Amino acid sequence: MTASGTLTAPDVAIVRRPRRLRGVWLLGALGVLGLLTVASVMVGSREVGLDDIVAALGGSVDGFDEAAVAKRIPRTVLAVIAGAALGMSGAVMQGVTRNPLADPGILGVNLGASLAVVIGLAYFGLSSATSFIWVAIAGAAVAALFVYTVGSLGRGGATPLKLALAGAATSAALASFVTAVVLPRNDIAGGVRSWQIGGVGGASFDSTLQVLPFLLVGFAICFLSARGLNSLALGDDLAAGLGERVAIARGAASLGAVVLCGAITAVTGPIAFVGLVVPHACRLLIGVDHRWLLPFSAVLGAALLTGADIIGRIAARPGEVDVGIITALIGAPFFIYIVRRQKVRAL
Amino acid sequence: MNASTVHASTATTDVPTQRREITADTVASSRRRRATRRRAVMAVLGALIVVCFAITLMVGQTFYPPADVIGVILGHDVAGATFTVGRLRLPRAVLAVLVGLCFGIGGVTFQTMLRNPLASPDIIGISSGASAAAAFAIVTLSLGEAQVSAFAIVAGLVVALVVYGLSFKSGVVGTRLILIGIGIAAMLDSVTAYVLSQAAEWDLQEATRWLTGSLNGSNWAQVVPVLVALAVLGPVLVGQSRNLSMGQLGDDTASALGVRVERSRIVVIIAAVGLIAFATAATGPIAFVAFLAGPIASRIVGPGGSLLIPSALVGALLVLVADFCGQFAFDTRFPVGVVTGVLGAPYLIYLIVRTNRAGGSL
Amino acid sequence: MTTDHTLSIENLTLGYADRTVIDGLDLLVPAGKVTAIVGANACGKSTLLRSMSRLLAPRTGRVVLDGRDVHRMPAKQLARTLGLLPQSPIAPEGITVADLVGRGRHPHQGILSRWSREDDIAVAEALEATETAALAERSVDELSGGQRQRVWIAMALAQQTDLLLLDEPTTFLDVSHQIEVLDLLTDLNSTRGTTIVMVLHDLNLAARYSDHLVALSAGRVHAQGSPAEVLTEEVVRTVFGLDSRVILDPTSGKPLMLPIGRHHMTELSAL
Repeated sequence: MTASGTLTAPDVAIVRRPRRLRGVWLLGALGVLGLLTVASVMVGSREVGLDDIVAALGGSVDGFDEAAVAKRIPRTVLAVIAGAALGMSGAVMQGVTRNPLADPGILGVNLGASLAVVIGLAYFGLSSATSFIWVAIAGAAVAALFVYTVGSLGRGGATPLKLALAGAATSAALASFVTAVVLPRNDIAGGVRSWQIGGVGGASFDSTLQVLPFLLVGFAICFLSARGLNSLALGDDLAAGLGERVAIARGAASLGAVVLCGAITAVTGPIAFVGLVVPHACRLLIGVDHRWLLPFSAVLGAALLTGADIIGRIAARPGEVDVGIITALIGAPFFIYIVRRQKVRAL
Repeated sequence: MNASTVHASTATTDVPTQRREITADTVASSRRRRATRRRAVMAVLGALIVVCFAITLMVGQTFYPPADVIGVILGHDVAGATFTVGRLRLPRAVLAVLVGLCFGIGGVTFQTMLRNPLASPDIIGISSGASAAAAFAIVTLSLGEAQVSAFAIVAGLVVALVVYGLSFKSGVVGTRLILIGIGIAAMLDSVTAYVLSQAAEWDLQEATRWLTGSLNGSNWAQVVPVLVALAVLGPVLVGQSRNLSMGQLGDDTASALGVRVERSRIVVIIAAVGLIAFATAATGPIAFVAFLAGPIASRIVGPGGSLLIPSALVGALLVLVADFCGQFAFDTRFPVGVVTGVLGAPYLIYLIVRTNRAGGSL
Repeated sequence: MTTDHTLSIENLTLGYADRTVIDGLDLLVPAGKVTAIVGANACGKSTLLRSMSRLLAPRTGRVVLDGRDVHRMPAKQLARTLGLLPQSPIAPEGITVADLVGRGRHPHQGILSRWSREDDIAVAEALEATETAALAERSVDELSGGQRQRVWIAMALAQQTDLLLLDEPTTFLDVSHQIEVLDLLTDLNSTRGTTIVMVLHDLNLAARYSDHLVALSAGRVHAQGSPAEVLTEEVVRTVFGLDSRVILDPTSGKPLMLPIGRHHMTELSAL
């Protein structure tokens, strides 16, 4: 077991399931997602019935119930695609860094996107969703590169601890910058604050539509990197020995992850821990083959986020708890559980 | 060469004894040299603190000459100056120094104990706990100053206990503790964010400043608890400095040298957390002071010897200077936490780079 | 220079959370001699050593030093008599050799005491004995593996204890450094009479450098005595699960174990 945290048996229970069972799990997950989607539209501060849903889908917004549904549909859609993006992005990051603790939140990638957006908003007067998305992706990429570089210096390369610490320190630094930019600007302070928490509450079909092309590109890149990730999991040397172009594979996969998570952060604000928790759960069910792991992470991520949003809407009626908070409250204990299970060698 | 009593040696041959004496002299003199350097550095830091303290009292929107300032300190009533200097600047400067001392010594204690300069109380959840409790106390419960402090302190200690407990699996591994601390910090930060999001506007302002660390509105009521904490817990911590140094060699070696490792660790944690929590309760979590004071002190004092007091002094200096800059160096008035955050960030990253390159510990 | 101490272990049972590692072990450590403890991986050698220096509390039984239970003695008092060099000691970044060796004086320094001439002399003696005096001002990080290990031994020496326990002092060292360290320990034993107990993983080095050899198996002492008595083919088979030939080492006059594997064996190796 290397100090660089190679994903091997002692850490994660790898169960080699026959192909048939993997398909079953995937279908099951899709089923759960479907149920949650419907529930998300039905449940909330107000209870609505199925006929209201059908009517609202048809475009009519008569009455509070139908209006409520009309608001929930884009919200649900956003939750689903955001969860999918974050889930897959987390799985890719864990594969690229061979680090069971990788997650866009922990690695400071979310905050890099946030800072870029905030700077764009405050100093360059950006206002369109598309411009935010581009800027967020750039910010995410820079932050990811930075954290990875800093975390890999020295003995042992990018061990889980060094990466997590580099990420935490970078996050702290970036957070200070965000505060420094926002604090004097009372005009944008309120808006930024609510976005910073990370939620799907302010969703509209507009912003969702604008982010969709970016996400599709991101998903595509990630899917294509799946085989590369399988090789990378064996370690750089072995992967190269098997004929894999290590640098390209890693670069492409990272690009996909960064695009996904940067684009989504621009719309929802930073949501942490989805990318951490989901891939672990997926690995327990369907193993480490990334060709299955990535799509499964996407589906499970979507389910998790939708579920979290539902909880957020029910738990604090008549108010709401934003999704970013729920995922942190669920995800952090899970993170701690993973840390406790690992045989972490003292540095 | 040595004026001390002649050491009765069992060896009778001259050359080995002589050589040993020479070696002993070399060892002693290099030790004395290092001690002198330490003392010199501490003296310089102390002097700098006094100078900056004086400057913050004199310079501001109105300039008050030294005579006026001294008059106010002595309790005389000086026209104009008594309020500005006595009620506004003096408590602010005193609080800055005290809080800086607390963060400095608390931060380096954790970094030494966990053998990692990146293991700072702000990262492993203690500051997050104190902040979350304080935000909750201010926004949701609308409590007064003293009660907010009490909340923060209890929260800080509880978090430390939880993090320590969760990372205990037949002994504590520094790595695991740091990672768990990061997780807990994330949870608590989200709680804070939620509490703030529920805030009415005017509460929001104060709570926000609170969260980034600010000395605005400092008064004597805030100074007293920090002073008491420092007076009680400070000596406790300094008393453990030798045990802390021994702990750097690893738990096994330290135990073999006669250190009661577990007991010392508990005392040290309570004292350090207490200091940090008291300070956070007064001013909010002033970013990066706890993180940087130790590494900065280590660079200027050199290796060997306890870093506790030098780090405290560095911390005090950092807060004083940063607050002054935050008030007058830029167009907007920034709270001290933002200044330390922004100015500290590049240095922090540089430290991580250097640490990783050397693969080292504190 | 050293007074004779009796260190004995009575019916010791040790373990971690779910498993028992040492089970009812008895051992008397011969004073003024070099004792080596050998055994298969994870048989409890390190655990035993850690318990002897009170790092690990026993479930049953006790470790007795001069008639007193080690786990009831004040820590510093024990540290003045018994020194331990654990398996992976950590050196703080940037610390100098002299400083690190000086840390060994901790058991002799009270809370308020300052450095005395005696402390300096002890450090100097330790440096001289390990031939690291020339390195005194160097940073420990820069030293080679052998040099670093000598510095750690110097630190243990500065403690001025009559007994010295060492947990795998030669692991991770290359051959020349291994011999260097073991010769140094032998010097210590012969010139100062320090009782040495060391855990070694190399059977042959253990046989060569020890006066008393202890083989652990299944949580107990399987065999103990002089190397010639203990290092036999039967013991090697039981303790290590390995077939071997034991011959007389022409260079040292001590037993030499030659392992028998499946390949590259001549007809002479057939029993």
